[in-house]
Amino acid sequence: MKTSLAAVPYFWTKQAYQDFYQQVADTDIDTVYLGETVCSKRRSMTLQDWMEIGKLLASKGKQVVLSTMTLLEAESELNYLKKIVQQDDFLVEANDMSAIQVANQANRPFVAGNAINIYNNQSLSLFNRLGMTRWNIPVELGQEDLKPVIPKAQELGVELEYQVYGRMPLAYSARCFTARHHDLPKDRCQFKCKDDVEGIEVSTREGDSFAQINGIQTQSGKVSNLLNHWQKLQAAGIDYTRIVPVAPETTLEVIHALTHAINSNQTTVNFADHTREYCNGYWFQMAGLEMIA
Amino acid sequence: MELVCPAGNYPSLVKAVDQGANAVYIGFKNATNARHFSGLNFSEKHLHKGIEYAHQHNCKVYCAINTYPRQDGWKTWTSSVDMALDIGIDSLIVADSGIMDYIRSRSSEFPIHLSVQASATNLEALNFYHQNFGIKRAVLPRVLSLKQVTQLAQKSPVEIEVFGFGSLCIMAEGRCYLSSYLTGESPNTQGVCSPSSHVRWEENDGVLKSRLNNLLIDQFEEGENAGYPTLCKGRFEVEGNIEYALEEPTSLNTMDILPELHQAGVVAIKIEGRQRSPAYIETVANVWRKAIDSVLKNSEQPTEQDKQKLTALSEGRQTTIGAYERSWQ
Repeated sequence: MKTSLAAVPYFWTKQAYQDFYQQVADTDIDTVYLGETVCSKRRSMTLQDWMEIGKLLASKGKQVVLSTMTLLEAESELNYLKKIVQQDDFLVEANDMSAIQVANQANRPFVAGNAINIYNNQSLSLFNRLGMTRWNIPVELGQEDLKPVIPKAQELGVELEYQVYGRMPLAYSARCFTARHHDLPKDRCQFKCKDDVEGIEVSTREGDSFAQINGIQTQSGKVSNLLNHWQKLQAAGIDYTRIVPVAPETTLEVIHALTHAINSNQTTVNFADHTREYCNGYWFQMAGLEMIA
Repeated sequence: MELVCPAGNYPSLVKAVDQGANAVYIGFKNATNARHFSGLNFSEKHLHKGIEYAHQHNCKVYCAINTYPRQDGWKTWTSSVDMALDIGIDSLIVADSGIMDYIRSRSSEFPIHLSVQASATNLEALNFYHQNFGIKRAVLPRVLSLKQVTQLAQKSPVEIEVFGFGSLCIMAEGRCYLSSYLTGESPNTQGVCSPSSHVRWEENDGVLKSRLNNLLIDQFEEGENAGYPTLCKGRFEVEGNIEYALEEPTSLNTMDILPELHQAGVVAIKIEGRQRSPAYIETVANVWRKAIDSVLKNSEQPTEQDKQKLTALSEGRQTTIGAYERSWQ
């Protein structure tokens, strides 16, 4: 079983990203996804800055993948996407059909991100023909949904990745919910999302967790957690367990705990954090917010 | 510019046709379409009748097969495609690339409209579907501003259809899993959002609570207008404030920007609402026919009274231009 770290979904400062990835470089994680996937207005990092972090990580033996935006509307966003696809130091994660189109036209392989809707063998085979080498499975698919698909992926040589930790990306909108919460128009958002290390919690009026708002993205309120089930995922045929970052310190703890469990073949991952609520229902074919211990 | 109306059943189809719809869109009685509600949609028998009635009146029939089949259900989707290809449907509205691939394995020419559920919001995404499946038309998600729609329509390799009126989905369609997160059932897999099977109403001391899978979506004091608990339109707590964190109960209405949409080259206006009653379809189709004709033929515009009829049929009795207007975003 290999491990991967998804791109940070939140807006941090350049310094915060650099400090974080300096530490990630010294962990046993196998693959690191880099880049801005949520909002093109977040510009603390240039493509050059990401490339430099990528080179640092690669020098420590990590596979680096450059992630692309999920919701692209403006021409400038397509231009940035093309720049990412044109570089050939690193593999690319396509998070929108436009990225698949651009990668395919450039004859470049790609990882399909989990916002690409692949639900069956016909689409899996199609995207493989177009250059997909790894499939980061949509969050709402569970183990039973995947049973008839995994043999096809294995036959085609497509690697499979499934999220085991972090808030799940659940929706993207034209509207910025962080700006809305602060009563600001999106065009003058004052980059309020930089104040929230891991988004803003939205709960019901009875105090139950509902969602996490992160700019134009809505995430699961609860943090997905399949850490102690990693061997079941392996048995099912999953190749990569994916960690989606929360605050830096906790993320690093999760990386250490999971890679240690895998390297020493221990079922239980030695990680306990009681400050966040957890869920893993999707894998077990239930509502995503449910939690099976 | 076509008026494309929803038809959840035969009586609605007849109303839409009678009011001058250029096309109606329908779905089968299974999870292959994004309005998989009980009591809704067409059996094969009613479909024959509906297609005949529409075609007699020079109205096209589009069929939505626009959910994402999981492998176990694949055959249900392909047999629905097979039926649609053979029964006289004019175009299929499709979201899943696998299903488009299947359609092309059966027919190199059958017209495909890219469903809003495919979430194509930019030129390269449209190029993708055009080059790989030869789609004829794309329905744009409700996330673009008018300026963006205009720019996209100018360069698009395919016809552009946009939503004009009805329930407002505020997320990029086909990429929203909030419903399955809360209930296990989503638009992509089951063709439902915030399914009624998971809704519960509770009244206590004059306070009405609406719940979805037990989670409190909203509560209403006496005299407040209580709406269906669509998960993105409830009131929640955010940093100590109670607010409509995502969106208020409101409907989309783009009638005010219809001339601009026409100018931009948009070929069709879609009315949302296959789940609505025949009477609803009749009123909305009537007013929108007038509105489109006033743009195309410079005929009489809808009256204030007409517009009020639409507002009265809207969620929370309010409407918005939505993302077309930058300030909404």
